Formats: sequence, structure tokens, C-alpha cells
Amino acid sequence: MKRKHRRLTFVFLGFLLVATAAALVLTAFEDNIVFFHSPTDVVEKKLPPDRRMRIGGLVEEGSVEKNVGEARVTFRITDLANTVKVTYRGLLPDLFREGQGVVAEGRLRDGIFHADEVLAKHDENYMPPEVADALKKSGKWKHLEEALGDAGPLKGETRK
Amino acid sequence: MLHRFANPTRFLRLSAALLPWTAGLTLILLIAGLFLALFGSPADYQQGETVRIMYVHVPAAWMALFCYSCMAGASAVGLIWKHPLADMAAKATAPIGTCFTFLALVTGSLWGKPMWGAWWVWDARLTSVLILFFLYLGYMALHNAFDDPTRGARSAAILALVGFVNVPIIKFSVDWWNTLHQPSSVVKAGGPAIHPSMLTPLLLMGLAFTTYYLWVLLLRLRAEIVAGKVRAVRLRRAHG
Repeated sequence: MKRKHRRLTFVFLGFLLVATAAALVLTAFEDNIVFFHSPTDVVEKKLPPDRRMRIGGLVEEGSVEKNVGEARVTFRITDLANTVKVTYRGLLPDLFREGQGVVAEGRLRDGIFHADEVLAKHDENYMPPEVADALKKSGKWKHLEEALGDAGPLKGETRK
Repeated sequence: MLHRFANPTRFLRLSAALLPWTAGLTLILLIAGLFLALFGSPADYQQGETVRIMYVHVPAAWMALFCYSCMAGASAVGLIWKHPLADMAAKATAPIGTCFTFLALVTGSLWGKPMWGAWWVWDARLTSVLILFFLYLGYMALHNAFDDPTRGARSAAILALVGFVNVPIIKFSVDWWNTLHQPSSVVKAGGPAIHPSMLTPLLLMGLAFTTYYLWVLLLRLRAEIVAGKVRAVRLRRAHG
């Protein structure tokens, strides 16, 4: 074997080893790498109470209640299978609205999620407002499932 | 074939012919792309005018990954086949890629505050890009850490290859894990999720950034070759 070929094999095998190691590490830490848990995770995985965590999903339609005097908001986060009730006091991001993806950070106490930070999550669709209106009118709007992305168990299902 | 172009003298002649073209293309594409991005494209249905940050952020992020892939590829060629020009190309790419990564991080932060409500979050996409930025910095530091330039080049090339595992992680982070960052809009199954009126300026900016990279790469490579010649002449004088 020529030196050139030996170096080629060495680089190739070395890279394969590093890639395998990285894959193993990332798989092992999967629960720590995810940015948020879905409401279904909260129900199924029995996440320990009183631990700081993030819950992500969609703001359920018709669930937002604003208490103006206290600047407190309550709403439900849903992945269309399970929901978690959230209470939050503070400023909401501009994109926060019903049906929109959000990620709330805080603690779960007595079945209610006390958030101290609420972030908006937007999807990968970009279009002018007129196109969005036209899509809604023709019933081709896939906003809900797109916004969920990989977060929910709904991946692959179609939904109007 | 590769050997033909790996000859520095031939490369100097070829690059001299290519330089004005890459510079001109960059200028034309950048003007056209920026005009369409800032004036000739609609606001987004959800994000409004803020969406225009995308036309800089997304191409910068593409280039961050593209430059790193080029750097790792050139490093592999340099390590295995010992082409001097490949080593130079890897070294010349590093600062350009660092700048693109920095630009992607800064514009992403400026975009994140109004849309998400946070300048920075530690989700998989953002964290892996930050690691990419540190890999670039580490590559440059390691390259200059040795008195013997060939040893520096070899160590840095190994770092570049090891760091290459991060590239697919960045690309697929938004698919493998829950992230605050949205999944990709352009390269995805089922075609782009961007309206054509917004996709055109985005692709133009992507092309402009690519020709910019080629232009600066050629400039840096030429400077490196000339500097090498000067060094050789000085050495000969000192010893002769």
C-alpha cells in the first residue's frame, strides 16, 4: 500500500470513528438536547414536578384569558393530543396569539405550569399576506401541523 | 487534472483571469439581491418587515456551512495528497467562514429578539452554530500555534476534519430535536416553503455571497503564494 493510500484509509477510518462517537453521545443526551417538551411528554413521561423546564406547542384556540389589572395571562398549550394549562405574568412576544407556536419556561405545580418566560415559535413558511389570505379561503391552510413541526405526535397527519 | 491546477504558477495566471469576473458578479448579484430583498419583495404575513433580516441571515448561515465544508475538504486533500495549494485554500477559507458565521449569529440574534422574544436561546441549532464559530477560531489559532508552518497546517487540518461532524448536526438539528429555531424552508421535502417573490431575492443573495467567497478566496490565495515567493527569495539571499 502506498503512503498516500494509507493516509486516505487513516483519515477515512478516523472520521468514521469520530462520527460514531458523536452519534452515540448525541443519542445518549437526547433528553437534554431537546429545547422543550410537548404536553404529551408531560403526561406520559411523568416529568418530575418542581423542576424547571420548557413546554412547547400551540396556544389553544379560545383559551387565552387576560387579566388586565394584574398583567397576568392564562392559556393552554396543546399538541392537539394533550394540553397543559399555563399561567404567566409579563410581556408576551408580538407573535403570541391563539393557534401560534409557543415555548414557555417555568415550573409545573399542581397541574398548572407557572411560566416566567414565554417565547414565540414561528414556522418555516414565508409568504405575502395576500397569499396567506387566499390559502385560508381555499382551505389549503396547513398552519397548525407546520407550526408543530416535530414537536407533536401529529407528524405526517394531514389537517385542514 | 488536479495536479494541473495545483501548480501555483499556473494558478496565479488562472486566478488573475478569474478575479475581475468574480468581483463583477459579486457586485451585480449583491446590488440586485439587496434591491429585491429590501424594496422589491413583500412583507411576510406573520413577521411583517422583520422578515427582511432573512435575506442576510440565511445566506450567511449557508456560507458558514459551505466554507467549513470547503475547508474540511481542502484539509483532507492537503493531508492525504499533500497538495500545497489545498493547505493554502483551507487556511484562506477559515477567516471568511468565521465572518459568515459571526454574521449569521448576529443577524439571528437581531431577528430572534422581535420574533421569539429572546436574543439567544440554547437550543440545538443555535448551540451547534456557536460551536462551529469556535471551531473556526480554534482552527486559526492552531494553524498559527507552531513555529513550523507544515506542522501547524497538519494539526489544523485534523481539527477541521474532526469538526466536520458538526456540519450535518447543524443541518439536521432542527429535524432531530425540538428546537425554537424553525425547520429549513428552502431545502426540504416537498419543495421550498417560501413564496417565489421571497425565494428569488434569497437565492440571489446566496449566489452573491458565494461569488464573494470565491473572490476573496482567490485574493487571499494569490497573496499567500506571493508571500511564499518573497520568503523563498529572502532565504536564498540570506544563504547565498
